[in-house]
Amino acid sequence: MTSRLYSYLTLALVFLFLIGPFVIIVAAALSGGETLAFPPQGLSLKWIAKVFEVESFRESFALSMFLAIFGTLAALVLGVPVAYAASRYRLPFGETIRTIVSAPIIVPGIIVGLALLRYLVIPLDVSVGLALFIAHTALILPYAVRVVSASLDNLRSDIEEAAVLLGSSRVATFFRIVLPNIQSGILAAFILGFVTSFNQVPVSLFLSGPGVRTLPIDMIWYMEITYDPSVAALAALLAFLSISIVFLAERFLGFSRYV
Amino acid sequence: MSDAAYLNLSDLTLAYGKTIAVERLDLPIRKGELIALLGPSGCGKTTTMRAITGLLKPASGTITLDGKDITRLPANKREVGLVFQSYALFPHLSVFENVAFGLRLKKLPSAQIVKKVEDGLAMVGLGQFQSRKPAELSGGQQQRVALARSLVMQPKVLLLDEPLSNLDARLRLEMRTELQRVQRESGVTMVFVTHDQNEALALADRIVVMKDGRIEQLGTPEEVYNSPVSRFVADFVGFENIFPVKDGQLQTQNGPTELSIPLSAQTTGLAWRPSMVRLGEGRFEGEVLGVAFAGGTREYLLKTPLGPIKAEMDATAPAFAPGSRLAFDLPTERAAVLDRM
Repeated sequence: MTSRLYSYLTLALVFLFLIGPFVIIVAAALSGGETLAFPPQGLSLKWIAKVFEVESFRESFALSMFLAIFGTLAALVLGVPVAYAASRYRLPFGETIRTIVSAPIIVPGIIVGLALLRYLVIPLDVSVGLALFIAHTALILPYAVRVVSASLDNLRSDIEEAAVLLGSSRVATFFRIVLPNIQSGILAAFILGFVTSFNQVPVSLFLSGPGVRTLPIDMIWYMEITYDPSVAALAALLAFLSISIVFLAERFLGFSRYV
Repeated sequence: MSDAAYLNLSDLTLAYGKTIAVERLDLPIRKGELIALLGPSGCGKTTTMRAITGLLKPASGTITLDGKDITRLPANKREVGLVFQSYALFPHLSVFENVAFGLRLKKLPSAQIVKKVEDGLAMVGLGQFQSRKPAELSGGQQQRVALARSLVMQPKVLLLDEPLSNLDARLRLEMRTELQRVQRESGVTMVFVTHDQNEALALADRIVVMKDGRIEQLGTPEEVYNSPVSRFVADFVGFENIFPVKDGQLQTQNGPTELSIPLSAQTTGLAWRPSMVRLGEGRFEGEVLGVAFAGGTREYLLKTPLGPIKAEMDATAPAFAPGSRLAFDLPTERAAVLDRM
């Protein structure tokens, strides 16, 4: 009986730590007061409305969207062939390639950010936007390779041979036979990459420059200057956006099969 | 022989990396023949089939088809069809589109494609399933789609990988009849791979028995079944009593035994089916170790001076009890004469 009590207690604590911050942020976002505080002082939607009026939020939101969409697309363009080669051919340095490709998952973002800043941005004088794009593409690549690999491994390779024997070239076989059968895996990889990029902080922190900031970095900057609840309102909006995307993906794709 | 060969494998060596799977194989196949490649797993039969398709490049040797050297021709240009053991249907396409796949690549006019697909599906009895997805069909139906998909391309050779092994007993008989009918109607040259001797005997015009990447015997089902030429083939088709022969004498556990008839110098062994052993009379004597009732027959295991012998007798004859001694004979004139032990 006591062990049962302990497990309920543990469960309650886990939920408290997972969902608690989210509840606090939403509550703070709906505050009627002038500063970021919990419990909220009164109830109002004015800070939610304010989010859409802050110009830097609009600009950084656009940048983050751009990086998340095009960074993920670039990672897929690079990652799908890598995943295909790794799953279909025994490559001479297969293990090494796999390790290098998954390095950004293992190496802390701070180090990746510092390294890119010191050895890419400073010596080559790469623009902030391009540096962010390269960094985000590199960060998403391992996720793209992994998720697409998982769906390729579930696809029998003999259907490709069947297509070839019916007269199809190898390239045409990839587009006509392989791609249609892994498209839900690719969509899953896209969503995962999008969310990863959009929420990315440490690398973007190093690479963001004057006037060019991703949304999470802009929120930190904003908070250092203005301590009003609009940051909480923005955070709550972003959380709902992420939750809706993942919910829809799970609903229509069985997203959790791939991640 | 090789002048008449429609599909000719000549001095073909096939390897995976450094492992040689098939060594210096010569195999001429005539137009319209139904050939079985028969052998245990690892004998090189599937490898040989893959080489004919072009999915595997030979290490050396040549393959000619219809008078043309196709050894270096890529798989998608060979006009060779393959029905995979797993069927390998395209899961995202309907039955119709699966069958139409190759025809669309040929850029045929769409009316012609529709006609050919409908004819192909009708031929395998699946006309009403055109719009289904492969996952909605049974295994037997999927195989028919795979067969139709290959046939509509009018391949010069149709290869089938273990065509009956994934089907249950009833479907197996049905599919066997179906394959023979399709072959008769289309006249296509067929080569199928199997590890099941009954399948090969029932279906094939000629059987290629393979072992360790080499051909053990090539012959009609009757030849292979009645006159195996090697110990391996004899054992494979049910000659369970096999004895070596040296200088015209049967070599047994108790020394050589004189045979009544002359044998050629190449003869290295003689083999008898259990049903060929004559019980109750003869030159030899043995003791019954065991007896088992097998419906139409009784199966005996004898302890004899020649070594253990398996014999079979009509169940209507009186049974010999275990432990009893009896005379028996191995009729030399009925034995399979083996060149290789």
